[in-house]
Amino acid sequence: MISPDEIKSTLAKGLPVSLVETQDLTGGGDHWQVIIVSPAFEGKGLVEQHRMVNEVLKEPLADQRIHALSLKTYSPTQWDKLGS
Amino acid sequence: MADEVLSQIDEKVKNNKVMLYMKGTPDFPQCGFLAHTVEILKSYGFPFATDDVLANAAVRDGIKRYSNWPTIPQIYIDGKFVGGCDILHELHERGELEPMLKAAFEK
Repeated sequence: MISPDEIKSTLAKGLPVSLVETQDLTGGGDHWQVIIVSPAFEGKGLVEQHRMVNEVLKEPLADQRIHALSLKTYSPTQWDKLGS
Repeated sequence: MADEVLSQIDEKVKNNKVMLYMKGTPDFPQCGFLAHTVEILKSYGFPFATDDVLANAAVRDGIKRYSNWPTIPQIYIDGKFVGGCDILHELHERGELEPMLKAAFEK
């Protein structure tokens, strides 16, 4: 189990993030969907973007505080396109 | 022994146009995310091979090392690692998955 604040603070320590939105998918605090917008994702493919996030969240993923993580990652450019 | 697992995986990934490493089987996927992934793959009508990592602990561990990716499921198309549930879903929504599958099967 992990709190949304801890997810956000852990991410912010490892990545420049312009937006993080968390959603607890089951109410159990260990199945999360996280939307992340980061300038570090610019020009990178999805696999690489997700690898970067997995690396930053390595500890809570390894000790199962996060059991399942559903990611939606966007560069600021990709994110702006979604809104338009 | 460890390398043997990796070469077995490598062989399956290269010999199947679409290879899905999953927990369970396509008819009995072990979680909701996974069921959705299987649905997406089935919806395109292309055949895909699967391996149940729950049936073999060496493969379960080996596939993570093979791709340097921490989670299962893992999808490979045309011998290349594509991603897990989220990426497949995202590619499906962006309309990028069908061209990838078509390209693999037209080869």
